[in-house]
Amino acid sequence: MTISKTSLFTRQELIGFIVLAVVIFVLLPLALDNFRLNLFGKYLTYAFVAIGLVLCWGAGGILSLGQGVFFGLGGYCMAMFLKLEASTPENTSIQSTPGIPDFMDWNQLTELPSWWVPFYSLTFSLVAVVIVPVIFAFIIGVAMFRRRVGGVYFAIITQAFAAILTILIIGQQGYTGGVNGITDLRTLKGWDIRTDEAKEVLYYVNGVLLFVVLVIAQFVRKSKLGRILIAMRDQEDRVRFSGYDVAGFKIFIFCLGAAFAGIGGAMFTLQVGFMSPTLVGIVPSIEMVIFCAVGGRLSILGAVYGALLVNWAKTTFSESFPELWLFGLGGLFIAVVMLFPNGLAGVWSEKIMPRIAGLMEGRKPTAKPLVAPSPKEKEAA
Amino acid sequence: MFSDYSMSELGAIFAMQGFAGLILFSVFVLMALGLAIIFGQMGVINMAHGEFMILGAYVTYFVSNFFSAFLPGLFPAYFFVAMILAFFASGALGLLVEWSIIRHLYKRPLDTLLATWGLSLILQQFYRSVFGAREVGVTIPNWMMGSMPVTDLIEVPINGIFVMILAVSISLCVYVMMFRSRWGKQVRAINQNRVMAGAVGINTEWTDRLTFGIGCGVAGVAGSAFTMIGSTGPTSGQLYIVDTFLVVVFGGAGSILGTIASAFSISQAQSIMEFFLSGSMAKVLTLLVVVGILMIRPQGLFSLKLRK
Amino acid sequence: MSDTPSSKPPKGFSRRAMMATSAAFGAALFAPKNLLAQSYPTAEVNTTGLAVTDDTVTVGILHSITGTMAISETGSVQAEKLAIKQINDMGGVLGRKIEVIQEDGASDWPTFAEKARKLLVNDKVASVMGCWTSASRKAVLPVFEQHNGFLYYPTFYEGLEQSPNVIYTGQEATQQIIAGLDWVKETKGANTFYLLGSDYIWPRTSNKIARKHIEDFLGGKVVGEEYYPLGHTQFNSVINKIRLRKPDVIYAIVVGGSNVAFYKQLKAAGIDMTAEDPVLLTISVTEDEILGIGGENMEGAYACMKYFQSLDNPNNAAFVKAFKEMWGEDIVIGDVTQAAYLGPWLWKAAVEAAGSFDVDKVREAQIGIELDTAPEGYVKVHENHHLWSKTRVGLAKPDGQYEVVFETAELVEPDPFPEGYQ
Repeated sequence: MTISKTSLFTRQELIGFIVLAVVIFVLLPLALDNFRLNLFGKYLTYAFVAIGLVLCWGAGGILSLGQGVFFGLGGYCMAMFLKLEASTPENTSIQSTPGIPDFMDWNQLTELPSWWVPFYSLTFSLVAVVIVPVIFAFIIGVAMFRRRVGGVYFAIITQAFAAILTILIIGQQGYTGGVNGITDLRTLKGWDIRTDEAKEVLYYVNGVLLFVVLVIAQFVRKSKLGRILIAMRDQEDRVRFSGYDVAGFKIFIFCLGAAFAGIGGAMFTLQVGFMSPTLVGIVPSIEMVIFCAVGGRLSILGAVYGALLVNWAKTTFSESFPELWLFGLGGLFIAVVMLFPNGLAGVWSEKIMPRIAGLMEGRKPTAKPLVAPSPKEKEAA
Repeated sequence: MFSDYSMSELGAIFAMQGFAGLILFSVFVLMALGLAIIFGQMGVINMAHGEFMILGAYVTYFVSNFFSAFLPGLFPAYFFVAMILAFFASGALGLLVEWSIIRHLYKRPLDTLLATWGLSLILQQFYRSVFGAREVGVTIPNWMMGSMPVTDLIEVPINGIFVMILAVSISLCVYVMMFRSRWGKQVRAINQNRVMAGAVGINTEWTDRLTFGIGCGVAGVAGSAFTMIGSTGPTSGQLYIVDTFLVVVFGGAGSILGTIASAFSISQAQSIMEFFLSGSMAKVLTLLVVVGILMIRPQGLFSLKLRK
Repeated sequence: MSDTPSSKPPKGFSRRAMMATSAAFGAALFAPKNLLAQSYPTAEVNTTGLAVTDDTVTVGILHSITGTMAISETGSVQAEKLAIKQINDMGGVLGRKIEVIQEDGASDWPTFAEKARKLLVNDKVASVMGCWTSASRKAVLPVFEQHNGFLYYPTFYEGLEQSPNVIYTGQEATQQIIAGLDWVKETKGANTFYLLGSDYIWPRTSNKIARKHIEDFLGGKVVGEEYYPLGHTQFNSVINKIRLRKPDVIYAIVVGGSNVAFYKQLKAAGIDMTAEDPVLLTISVTEDEILGIGGENMEGAYACMKYFQSLDNPNNAAFVKAFKEMWGEDIVIGDVTQAAYLGPWLWKAAVEAAGSFDVDKVREAQIGIELDTAPEGYVKVHENHHLWSKTRVGLAKPDGQYEVVFETAELVEPDPFPEGYQ
């Protein structure tokens, strides 16, 4: 980290980052068996999306209901590479055209479509994981923001994109695997990603990437750009009249969120072993917004905890009360929106922190702040 | 592909296809009208719209069972009773939801979206727990399920005509209520300037509640009508939600006329393409065209001033 | 029409299994075989650390009970629970009561994979009854292969798969399609066909096989082939096209909510299926689906399945009675529900034949296992992990039941990779 700590983190934020690092790299691996750890790895891939949403929505005021599109595009780029590696002529000798992915063979394709060919290259695929979502976000962003479409309207149009991409993927199953998705992914450059050891390694890779993304997000928030975003969210016209290119900033932040989501999608593919249209559609896209809302839309660390908590609740709830978990989940959404609009982070900084501070009066606060400060504190900073 | 057919046969087919397009149009209008009222006039995104529709469908199911058990003589007419009850059931639920959730969120329109999404999950599970996970079969009176021969070759489905008449009458009702009634005047006043509307003595709170309730009620009627052409199950509402939102967005938020125009253009485009292409491709092409146009004209066909 | 298992006597190693399964229906009065548990010490029957104790064995049930697929999968869960209850009532497997861990796949394929891993890795279940859609099966398949689990998959499906870790208790595509097409050609003189389906792998693969068979073997003609997105609710355009092409047969593989819309709109458009002009032949509508469509809207259609609730044989009579006792008088039983019911019985037979719960031994013993107590009649496990079974054609009646109008004389061999149909 070359940027000096004082400018990038307040003392509180730094402690928050360290606590999260301890949780992800020490506590969870110690407390959980391999299976549960892999699950948390999967949850953390959603945290990438949630962090992007904090920037777009919490800071920029742009609510995208189409983050699943970017998550899916990133995931599909990764899955295409892995699928090609798994579809060697030896593995697929049973097919009428060996050497192409199995679902293509089932759909009577006799050669690999040309746009699949570049995905033989790992470098190309890794670049595509980030670039393809960004290109999509850029096109959508230019079309929408240049015409000053925002708010609710933007949310619904992005949702339409999620619906369209899902139908496209399902309809073009010869090229995309259709509703089944791209399944049975095995190795990454010869390294079997299905083994327990691989899953553990991927968990840590995922964690490190998450921190890279967190630091970028923190940097954006602390930079002038971050302050302009908040100004735009609160008084867009004034920012515009001050001579700033509002649309340009929005496009940038939307693309950044898309890039984060793409990385999350790729990590999802690696850890879960397949990619399917159910990760692209309207439902997952909204769920990703919920992770962000539960964690606190203003706090990047809160978003990570939100993604972990909601998914963990979903898993445990559906294990113990499979017939009731939708009630719980639906109730959680409503409760968060109505009672805790700033999510967990809000509860922490508004309710718990002051109380702890009160208890510790006169002493240096030793509590671990899990989250970034509320907007009020931010203004003070 | 047409060389084997005589002119009269072709004419008949095109007539029927045109009619199919009109049915699709009516279905879209019915689906979208309730949402357009709520979204257009209040800026609230009701993600539970599909679930309000399905409530209407379940009401229809119960009324049909009730009539076949207790009033078999009146069974052919039960559908009208069912639609009225569906309106009130969904409307009442709408009032309740507005009172308990939506009214706290008017200043945060994006949050209504999340809250109503949560609501839709709860309603789905509620339907599943109460009515079972399987779809229920709603028995439609026989007179509504046949077709009407117009000429030797042309036959039009009666339920299609029924849906069309319903769509027209509900649109008219909404129009009259919106532009000829006291309530409509109040709604429009609030939409233009809430504070001033309050200052001149309009009960803005109650008007909002009523608007939401009516929007949901219309959704209930649509759901009731759709038992004729579609399925009734806990998650059936999800089948309609994407089309519904697209129609509303394409029409331009806030404009009920826009919603109708957009329903017309999307339905005609889809129906024509479905005839010449395969079904799945037609759907994708329609959606791509809609998105293409939205890219160029993101505010939709008819744009009114957007509420920020 | 009754399908008494006179065909083949049980082979040596499966005799015990045969007797045990017969007892389920004939005489649930048999005293539970408590002795059995002692004669099979846990250390011997479970060498791979599965969840087997001295008096219990744990299996998993993995279906969607929430989300859009819950509609279809509920019946399978009920059938599996019934089978397990019956097995427990007669003493369990190797003297051990079956305990069930049920997980919800929530109609979401990653969740299926996650839950499959949980069942295999954490719960160490001895086998899993589950999955319904091909997508969910494809999602869990690598998990089962990696952790050497054993899955009983109940749905009729597209074939093109043969995993050592799956027993497919439903039909693969050729078993369901070919005999039905032959029948419609022979008895209805059908020559032209309109193929219609929901847009995903199963209808597309099935129609591919159907088209090959129609064109290459029956000398017929396919006059149209179309797919609509899953969940599509508007079928007036395609109905018009069907009128235009005037096929002898509409071959429909529409699924889910679309099904209801399709048949209601077909009827409303004045195409009367009882007049058989055209004949409607489907492979996707079981009694379960008719519940949502409404019997009056389905009357006169033909379905090609291996099982109908109305099958007239003693096995089925006992099965239907037990099913209704457990789940209510109003319940209906479709093809997949019956196939799901076979899962626990086939597993029990294989375990007892192997004398072990170890997956590798069960897999070996499973091949050739016969079940002459199956509600559908007599079934046998083929070495390609699918079942030999008959193909039947049913005529839909207004009460929502099918009347069996045809069945193949012999069991149809499963052929998941059909030569000449690819």
